[in-house]
Amino acid sequence: MNFQAGKDTLKRKFDTVGTRTPRPDGLDKVTGRAQFGADLTAPGMLWGMILRSPHAHARIKSIDTSKAEAVNGVHAVVTSRDFGPCPDDVLDIRENVMARGKVLYDGHAVAAVAATSRSAARQALKLIKVDYKVLPHVTDVDEAMKPSAPILNRKLFTKGLDKTPRKPSNIAERFEFGHGDVEAGMKQADLVIERTFKTEATHQGYIEPNACLANMGSDGRADLWCCTQGHFMVRQVCSALLGMDASALRVTASEIGGGFGGKTTVFVEPVALALSLKASRPVKIVMSRSEVLRASGPTSSTSIDVRIGMKKDGTITAGDATLRYQGGAFPGSAVPYGAMAAFACYDLKAVRAVGYDVIANRPKQAAYRAPGAPMAAYAVESVVDELCKELNLDPLDVRLKNASSDGSKASYGPNFDVIGLRATLEAAKAHPHYKARLKPNQGRGVACGFWFNFGGETSVSLNVSADGTIGLSVGTPDIGGSRASIGNMAAEELGVPHDKVRCIIADTASLGYNDVTDGSRVTFASGLAAINAARDAIGKMCERAAGIWGIPVDAVTWEDGAARPSSPNAGNHEPLTLADIAAQAGATGGPISGHCEINAEGAGVSFATHLVDTEVDPDTGYVKILRYTVFQDAGKAIHPSYVEGQFQGGAVQGIGWALNEEYIYGEDGKLQNPGFLDYRIPVASDLPMIDAVIVEVPNPGHPYGVRGVGETSIVPPLAAISNSVSSAAGVRMTQLPMSPPRLLKALGRI
Amino acid sequence: MFQIHVSTSINGDDTEFSCEADETLLDVLRDRLGLTGSKEGCGTGDCGACSVIVDGRLVCSCLMLGAEAQGREIETIEGMANGSELHPLQQKFLDHAALQCGVCTPGFLVAAKSLLERNDNPTEEEVRYWLAGNLCRCTGYDKIVRAVLDTAKEMRKSPKTKKTAAKKRVKA
Ligand code: FES
Ligand code: FES
Repeated sequence: MNFQAGKDTLKRKFDTVGTRTPRPDGLDKVTGRAQFGADLTAPGMLWGMILRSPHAHARIKSIDTSKAEAVNGVHAVVTSRDFGPCPDDVLDIRENVMARGKVLYDGHAVAAVAATSRSAARQALKLIKVDYKVLPHVTDVDEAMKPSAPILNRKLFTKGLDKTPRKPSNIAERFEFGHGDVEAGMKQADLVIERTFKTEATHQGYIEPNACLANMGSDGRADLWCCTQGHFMVRQVCSALLGMDASALRVTASEIGGGFGGKTTVFVEPVALALSLKASRPVKIVMSRSEVLRASGPTSSTSIDVRIGMKKDGTITAGDATLRYQGGAFPGSAVPYGAMAAFACYDLKAVRAVGYDVIANRPKQAAYRAPGAPMAAYAVESVVDELCKELNLDPLDVRLKNASSDGSKASYGPNFDVIGLRATLEAAKAHPHYKARLKPNQGRGVACGFWFNFGGETSVSLNVSADGTIGLSVGTPDIGGSRASIGNMAAEELGVPHDKVRCIIADTASLGYNDVTDGSRVTFASGLAAINAARDAIGKMCERAAGIWGIPVDAVTWEDGAARPSSPNAGNHEPLTLADIAAQAGATGGPISGHCEINAEGAGVSFATHLVDTEVDPDTGYVKILRYTVFQDAGKAIHPSYVEGQFQGGAVQGIGWALNEEYIYGEDGKLQNPGFLDYRIPVASDLPMIDAVIVEVPNPGHPYGVRGVGETSIVPPLAAISNSVSSAAGVRMTQLPMSPPRLLKALGRI
Repeated sequence: MFQIHVSTSINGDDTEFSCEADETLLDVLRDRLGLTGSKEGCGTGDCGACSVIVDGRLVCSCLMLGAEAQGREIETIEGMANGSELHPLQQKFLDHAALQCGVCTPGFLVAAKSLLERNDNPTEEEVRYWLAGNLCRCTGYDKIVRAVLDTAKEMRKSPKTKKTAAKKRVKA
């Protein structure tokens, strides 16, 4: 069967797809019954807690756990000694979950205990004696790159240079993307603007702290329950860290209370397993909010130079960017993605983006929604905006003039397939928001954003029950309603009502491997796999019908939920519905299931255009978001409500990043705001309604045209808001967040 | 460790428990009584995920000690539906897709119920300010605010839902 879409598939009329059906996990979630990471208990369970470094950078001279072990109720204490050798690709994770020899950031784990009560565990933590030799530290990206900076890792030599340097440095790697002659392009410009931008680190800010329940026996088998974006990833990493067979560890994904990329790695899970092994009891670990902020992955802080040349008519002649991202104490920041995405919205003859991956004394960064792209888009879209202002050009017209379109060569290499950037720009231009009048101290900002989207390894199993209902098992944790959209695609393909399909997230023992819920891949890839599994089951049901009718299988077709003779020549048979065939399954050959195991190709890239109006209070520096409209290409919106939800949620996270949120480090290298009071994410009273306009330019790589929608929505807001505020304040802002003190300073008020 | 014995009422059920002096009401609900519908997002009164109603007042259960529940009437998310009949807010949250991950949802529902008991015709701004103590990272609040406004409208139209809600309160 052909799994790629034909043109007619994309135009087909849908029954279930595109409707706003109730979600399968809805009732549990409004009644408090849904079980999240911290909600499960096991008989004999112990409470695990983690001791964390109070220093940004220090050598661990010794750890004495004897007093902690003697506390009544304590059953296990672990340190790095309890994590043995492991494969190279998880070495950094091993060091991040339990410091070895050195602590590299404030909050780095150094030891853990498991006890019968939380109070006993807390008491034990206080009795662990760690002897530190404090070392000089560095937390700022530009400082960390200086030759004089304290070096975190003497074995780190910059990769990606023509010659490998002889001295270690905090620069882990250099990347470069682009094509054409940038300098020649700049010479053709009527105006070249160059600016430097800085953005602070932000946290994904999921409301559910990381949590898990581990149960490991002395036979080396274990069950692990945790809130994660990828339980197969958890199985892989944890079994490698603990030296177990992968299949000896069964991981079940709990309901997940937000992740946004932050739960694509492990923090407490291997520690809970090690404690459980040592104590021979189940162990639960739940991070506190301050642990989440100090020790789970935030995004990078960045420093970015951008230079763009433009002709008087708005043609961009060349783009050039240098991006420096610190990704915490280990290599692996999202700077390559940032560099690749920086100019992706523009069809340029000459473009270059250079990225530096830098380490510093901060928690190891984790993915955060379109990792690396929002900061890059912020810098590029700010300069484009300034050029438009200087040359007196309309910012949407200039973007339409230079926009990437079908077939154009992307700044990061490949040629685009069918894309929807232009459609989002045209939708923005036609929207009443763009023509609405502004008052004094108000400004309007425009920006575009791009994200790659991803397919990846996916395994789905679809079981037809004897009563004609469907059990659909997928292996990608549902982070925002994906069970509804995947179930609806299976229902659509089978031709049954949506409520006859129950979609669940199966554990790691019950399905083949699935990549993490990331890269906006789930509705695309698990959806594709569910459609394929449905087609597999349909093929089998057609065989059963053929058997019942005594005709060849190729004389049977599937239409509207029933097997039918494909032509009058095939005989006069009443259609057999899915339920009819299911009821006879036992007599016609046994259970009917459909499967799909793929590495999904064909994810369609995604673009968005955001419009935002803000008002700046020149006396206080307070910025009010007056109006916000998102225009994004969804390919095909399977469940429009949850597509809108992704648009709105991403925009608001971007608003937080642009205006309030930042990791604030003191001179001592300690995080000064590890709580929701001081790390302030947007609240309901900060915001207007967020208008979401769904643009649909079908992705040719998916049978229904789906593109991932989860991430692109956070790419434009930083720039759109900065452009809006700069226009309202009459001064170009080049640093995020635009908190009141920073804005007052830019206005010359303080 | 020394434990305090407490008699209280939770969702109308007489309830007894023992807890340590420093345990919060949220710890007691979740870890001693198995009522895990109330969530801990911060433990410091900043996120509202642990919202419960104590003697008619909206409270962060992470900021109240378990021992303080003595003699009080406590309502949690688990008591919001009337058996299989959802509270109108619960239904509207589903209809409006006002949840993505859903971890903030119990707190929002409890807080919104407390708003509508005081003000059956709130403006959008009143809803936004009342719910400003509840953090949601997924939705951007748009659909939550719409769900609450729509519930208020429906409850004004249909005195029956109002009455059932009131009856439940008295019973509790
Ligand atoms: S857990 Fe109580 S307010 Fe956050
Ligand atoms: S729905 Fe996820 S935090 Fe609100």
